[in-house]
Amino acid sequence: MAEMNMLQAVNEALSIAMQADERMVVFGEDVGHFGGVFRATSGLQEKFGRDRCFNTPLTEQGIAGFANGLASNGMTAVAEIQFADYIFPAFDQIVNESAKFRYRSGNEFDVGGLVFRTPYGGGIAGGHYHSQSPEAYFTQTPGLKVVVPRNPEQAKGLLLASIRDKNPVIFFEPKRLYRASVGEVPADDYEIELGKAEVVREGKDITLVAWGAQMEILEKAADMAAKEGISCEIIDLRTLSPWDIDTVADSVKKTGRLLVNHEAPLTGGFAGEIAATIQQECFLYLESPISRVCGLDTPYPLIHEKEYMPDAFKTFEAIKASVTF
Amino acid sequence: MSKATLNTDTVHRVGFLDKASLHIPILRILQADGTTYETAVLPVIDETLATKIYDTCVFTRVLDERMLGAQRQGRISFYMTCTGEEAAIVGSVAALDQEDVILAQYREHAALRYRGFTTEQFMNQMFSNEKDLGKGRQMPIHYGSAALHYQTISSPLATQIPQATGVGYSLKMQGKRKVAVCYFGEGAASEGDFHAGLNMAAVLKCPVIFFCRNNGYAISTPTEEQFAGNGIASRGVGYGMHTIRVDGNDMLAVLAATQQARAYAIEHNAPVLIEAMTYRLGAHSSSDDPSGYRSKDEEAKWQQHDPVKRFKLWLINKGWLAEADDVKLHEKYREEVLAAVKVAEKIPMPMLDEIIEDVYDKPTPVLRKQLADLKEHIKKYPQAYPKSAGRL
Repeated sequence: MAEMNMLQAVNEALSIAMQADERMVVFGEDVGHFGGVFRATSGLQEKFGRDRCFNTPLTEQGIAGFANGLASNGMTAVAEIQFADYIFPAFDQIVNESAKFRYRSGNEFDVGGLVFRTPYGGGIAGGHYHSQSPEAYFTQTPGLKVVVPRNPEQAKGLLLASIRDKNPVIFFEPKRLYRASVGEVPADDYEIELGKAEVVREGKDITLVAWGAQMEILEKAADMAAKEGISCEIIDLRTLSPWDIDTVADSVKKTGRLLVNHEAPLTGGFAGEIAATIQQECFLYLESPISRVCGLDTPYPLIHEKEYMPDAFKTFEAIKASVTF
Repeated sequence: MSKATLNTDTVHRVGFLDKASLHIPILRILQADGTTYETAVLPVIDETLATKIYDTCVFTRVLDERMLGAQRQGRISFYMTCTGEEAAIVGSVAALDQEDVILAQYREHAALRYRGFTTEQFMNQMFSNEKDLGKGRQMPIHYGSAALHYQTISSPLATQIPQATGVGYSLKMQGKRKVAVCYFGEGAASEGDFHAGLNMAAVLKCPVIFFCRNNGYAISTPTEEQFAGNGIASRGVGYGMHTIRVDGNDMLAVLAATQQARAYAIEHNAPVLIEAMTYRLGAHSSSDDPSGYRSKDEEAKWQQHDPVKRFKLWLINKGWLAEADDVKLHEKYREEVLAAVKVAEKIPMPMLDEIIEDVYDKPTPVLRKQLADLKEHIKKYPQAYPKSAGRL
């Protein structure tokens, strides 16, 4: 065990994976000698050479297409998209190519050895293009896995599992936690299974679901609710696609109430999918409407960031409204 | 900043460069009458290779003619021919090693045939039957074969271009001394992925041959509406890439250029761009009618440059082909293709279970549930799903 922040945990996962797999290459904009604009790939070029950790020209569609090509020919390709806001030029390569590679070829070819790592989310005064949470654009695409860690220990274990998974994975890293989230991380090579949610706090009155940086918002809101005698069960979804319906449904069958929180805009956000599925699975158990505490249906604003965010106060209010429905 | 950026010639009065500044000649070896130009340097070719090349051309012509007919009869849903571009495709694939990885657009099935794709395999894909390697999931002509190092075709244009760069990089890392070969049309070269792929290949030093079929049209759009520069070749120079323009209807020119491009790409771990000037003699696809956008005169003019005829004359001149054998060869393939159609169209479609396989390496619980629900539904309304209802 060693105490480290999320960036160090990501860096360590990459280093361990590269050490264990000589086919693995890491690339993207500024990831080479410089080590990435957030320093997530720091030291990797020195350790593994320029052929295995290198800068690409500034082209997201090129990075994604290049990654598809590498993975299609037996390499382990870990590509970085500098900000999730800039993944959209690569949308075609990811949605039409990566996601469908295995299916369309009848398993003659696949890009299972592929991971796109990308910093996402707001709370850092990033305005429109350094704050977005685009996960729902990808959860609607069969063939992709979508993973989001909440702290350094999770980041290392989930990233190692994503790199070794036999499917293309988009790994969203909550950048406001990069340095803010510090915790004990096991030194060994370990994986956290994809597709499994984690109950991080048990409770009996309401189930709260989120992922990534919003997990700490849930915990703050749950603490506020506890002072009013409300017991919250908190679930970190961790993998959004394919997501762990059973763990959430079991919890809701126990608590009778569900609140889903995400930073991304409400309409078309992944909370809608969770709400629709849970009302189907748990119709007879629900005691109040499923609550969604999300970003507004606006572009991510700069000066009104605090007002935009689905923070602990908004979440606390929604918890009370659900419990008193 | 690199030295190249700093050390530039300087001038002291304004003077612009234009496309005429870059002289890009067309490599021609074979003349219309089947003789070679006096000063031409021939590719490495012997009778065995020449015969295989010609055989592939004839098969492709026959396949295209018959399958376009089959589409017209409603037996398959869609078709695209390679007609007029056989020399560009077969001349280039004949210069490759069998393990060089091919990433194609869709008009390059002749290359797959050259590698050994059987008549039955073509049919199984086009009829989406249970023997199709692609399990009937994609439209006709979207072939692929791992055994033949021919990556599966997808419809989105140019996406395979940066992928070829990645494949080239992987071949370099694996120390294989093979190249990736990427085919695309001049229309696809207008996509952003063209720029991304070529620039990355040059910067990251990837052994890739980018092979552009410049056939004059992207569906109805003539090249004048596609680009204003000196074709596609001029861009290769801009990316710092070895570049050549060849007569795409000249089998020997294409073969010679590709042989040397391959040797260079492997020796230097560097990409090469080949622009083959040709003409799409057929319609864009079975869904297209070219009479709406080009003249019969233009088509007739290009019929005179038929690449297969030109190569055939050379073979006859060499004494490697006799007219009577050519007639027999056509006849053999007509019978073979027709017989294969009759077999393939009777093979059932893949089992319904295949609908959820290969989305991921293993079906997820949600997918398994969706399949189970679908089966129950089909059992309830079997008449609505006649092809799968009997085989649940």
